[in-house]
Amino acid sequence: MSTTRLLVGPFNRVEGDLEVRLDVADGRVHAAHVNATMYRGFEQMLQGKDPHDALVYVPRICGICSVSQSVAAAYALRDAAGLTPEGMPANGRHALNLMLATENLADHLTHFYLFFMPDFTRPVYADRPWFAEAHARFAPLQGHHARQATAARQRWFTILGTLGGKWPHTQSVLPGGSARAIDLAERLRLLGKVREFRAFLEQTLFAAPLEAIASLDSEAALMAWWQQAAPDHGDLRLFLTIASDLALGDLGRGDGPCLSYGAYVQPDGQPAMRGGVWDAAQGLSLPVELAQITEDATHAWLDGDRPLHPHDGQTLPDADKPAAYTWNKAPRLAGRVAETGAVARQLNDGHPLIRDAVARTGTNVFTRVLARLLELARVVPLMEDWLRAVRPGEPWHQPTPLPDTARATGLTEAARGALGHWLRIEHGRIANYQIVAPTSWNFSPRDADGTPGPLEQALVGVPVQPGETTPVAVQHVVRSFDPCMVCTVH
Amino acid sequence: MNALPSGSLARSPGEPLNVLWLQSGGCGGCSMSLLCADTPDLPGTWRDAGIRLLWHPSLSLETGVDVITLMEDVLADRLRLDVLCIEGALLRGPNGTGRFHMLAGTGLPMIDWVQRLSAKAHLVAAVGSCAAWGGITAGGDNPTEACGLQHEDEHPGGLLGESFRTPGRPGTRAEWPVINIAGCPTHPGWVLDTLMALAADALTPADLDALGRPRFYADQLVHHGCTRNEYYEFKASAEQPSDLGCMMEHMGCKGTQAHADCNTRLWNGEGSCTRGGYACISCTEPGFQAPGHAFHATPKIAGIPIGLPTDMPKAWYVALASLSKSATPKRVKHNATADHVVVPPAIRRTRLK
Ligand code: SF4
Ligand code: SF4
Repeated sequence: MSTTRLLVGPFNRVEGDLEVRLDVADGRVHAAHVNATMYRGFEQMLQGKDPHDALVYVPRICGICSVSQSVAAAYALRDAAGLTPEGMPANGRHALNLMLATENLADHLTHFYLFFMPDFTRPVYADRPWFAEAHARFAPLQGHHARQATAARQRWFTILGTLGGKWPHTQSVLPGGSARAIDLAERLRLLGKVREFRAFLEQTLFAAPLEAIASLDSEAALMAWWQQAAPDHGDLRLFLTIASDLALGDLGRGDGPCLSYGAYVQPDGQPAMRGGVWDAAQGLSLPVELAQITEDATHAWLDGDRPLHPHDGQTLPDADKPAAYTWNKAPRLAGRVAETGAVARQLNDGHPLIRDAVARTGTNVFTRVLARLLELARVVPLMEDWLRAVRPGEPWHQPTPLPDTARATGLTEAARGALGHWLRIEHGRIANYQIVAPTSWNFSPRDADGTPGPLEQALVGVPVQPGETTPVAVQHVVRSFDPCMVCTVH
Repeated sequence: MNALPSGSLARSPGEPLNVLWLQSGGCGGCSMSLLCADTPDLPGTWRDAGIRLLWHPSLSLETGVDVITLMEDVLADRLRLDVLCIEGALLRGPNGTGRFHMLAGTGLPMIDWVQRLSAKAHLVAAVGSCAAWGGITAGGDNPTEACGLQHEDEHPGGLLGESFRTPGRPGTRAEWPVINIAGCPTHPGWVLDTLMALAADALTPADLDALGRPRFYADQLVHHGCTRNEYYEFKASAEQPSDLGCMMEHMGCKGTQAHADCNTRLWNGEGSCTRGGYACISCTEPGFQAPGHAFHATPKIAGIPIGLPTDMPKAWYVALASLSKSATPKRVKHNATADHVVVPPAIRRTRLK
């Protein structure tokens, strides 16, 4: 068996810089090494700063999930101030949920229409029966649905124009709520905008009411729904058609635990989507033990050779470190690799369709994308509820004076999965700030034991066609995670 | 000074403006912001304006070898590059090697690619404050040795050097510095207007301010059109986030000093930082990432803000402020520290005169 090596990059339609090294033998990937090729050093920059400055800095880690970074920072500061989610004014909680949901759903939309589906318009698929339609809809800068989705996304983000002043890098996200009070007329206009987005989803993406999609409770129900109309009736059906033709359910498999911190805090302090660690073998969602989270820098160009809890974590670049191949550390949960993302959220929250599909084929290209689309159907109605529940005239935030000394944690969900900030304050200044982003988990390198990260594992066995320099199946697998490399290495 | 791109690759009238967009030490937010441009059909707008994207990391199909080939075509004069757009700071570290950002798949530092491509481009644009000045990426102790294309904060130089110039459209004898479309992120309208104006040959180096920013947005202040102007006039100040009052006195707002049209050309349909309930941190200005104080509070000496409006002598400010404070209407005073109108404007029982 002869092994050839492929270096794939620049890998685009992902956020940030990614290079993948593939060892290929017998037409399949034999081993993969994932390299996040850019380092910016936010954890270093934040040292010594006023803790509130994190709210200016951390959203600028990432222009695609900046609100998620803001929310994680705000929650960490809230934790430092000793304020519980229940202690926040209800309006503030709703405003933060709304801003986070607006961004997360926009990310799902952008991912599907602009990042993931364009790969099915590549010439290699020209002989497939669905190709002409896929090309007409999703070709970059041309496809009519890609263009409509871009317009829908622009309109959708006007919600953040109102609630957050601007996007990305809104600063209205505060530890105790939101800096932007909205009035009655604004509340009604925002509801109108949510309905406008709903109409795009129901007409173009789903060709069905959101509630009909959200209530699909098994793979059999999904397949029956798919067959009720022409195979390209709506973009979800076309995706199912392509997924079944190309067996995307067999591609990029993961079987490890799936991590979610839970999303969208409700009045009782509980998340609207419950978090947990999905254990595939037992078919159970177990509580997340935060003490079991570590980061290992063995194969990162960073100092350190043993796993550290994020509270004790350090980030010191060492570009000449032998055996290192990425700027990303390797996060581990009780020493194990974990996958995170919409599929993890839906598994832990117990959505029957995703649990059913994953039980059969594990996480894979198909279930990752399906879970994201399902979230579009599930979260828009939640946003309508939150908007109806806001009370103009009542407070939007609670002041949060900070102590001189604190150890605090801020956990939230970005579109791509579990995002955690660990903050230590000493003498009123930031003494340590560690960020573990969703893509840090998914695109983790090998750890001290040599165990590859989730993507590195998912790429093993992926087919490589003769002559391919940038294997298209590899691209499907990588993009199914919707990686955010700038968050990963921050 | 940059060698003139070869004549055979000059853009003739009517040909599209070839734009190559690369990202380095930034967050991608300027690209994501661009997708929020106020148009129902962004690719159609570009096409109609004569803008052709050779490649953009978020929007193009080409991956890997195809992209490298495209850039090599530019370097070998096989492909005309009218505008090189760089988003994100240039990472010179560690120790000047540029290894903090290697362009994936090439084994070469991004700063090398940017330098070589800049020498071929008819125009070079820094998209966002990272590419213009170093921006937030140069924050703290600047661990990555980040700088902008032609500035390091307000100091000329940067990656390409103070004397770097491009010819614009050959034959016009113009000499262009790097065009700094600064902002963090930059407003989609600023980018789109700049590119459309370049495609239409409607911009000249004289249309840039002293820091290389397009004057159509940089000759204005965030203060212009701010909904809090009445509070400003009376020095009726917000005391905490979400208060309606002016944020200059206590909340760190730099809107009276920041060059940008954020309150007349709104963000995402209807927003701006000040309308979002928080201070302008002057993200279009060099060095905004290091104000020397916590962002959310106004530094003061003897109770007077240090950062006074750009055009205002301090003595006048102090005199006017104490006068206007004593004249503040009750309505303005009370509303300044509330998050909604608690005292509405009076309704006159007679006709307005
Ligand atoms: S200027 Fe701001 S928004 Fe643009 S890339 Fe830099 S950090 Fe991101
Ligand atoms: S208001 Fe100030 S901080 Fe906000 S975008 Fe405009 S210039 Fe930047």
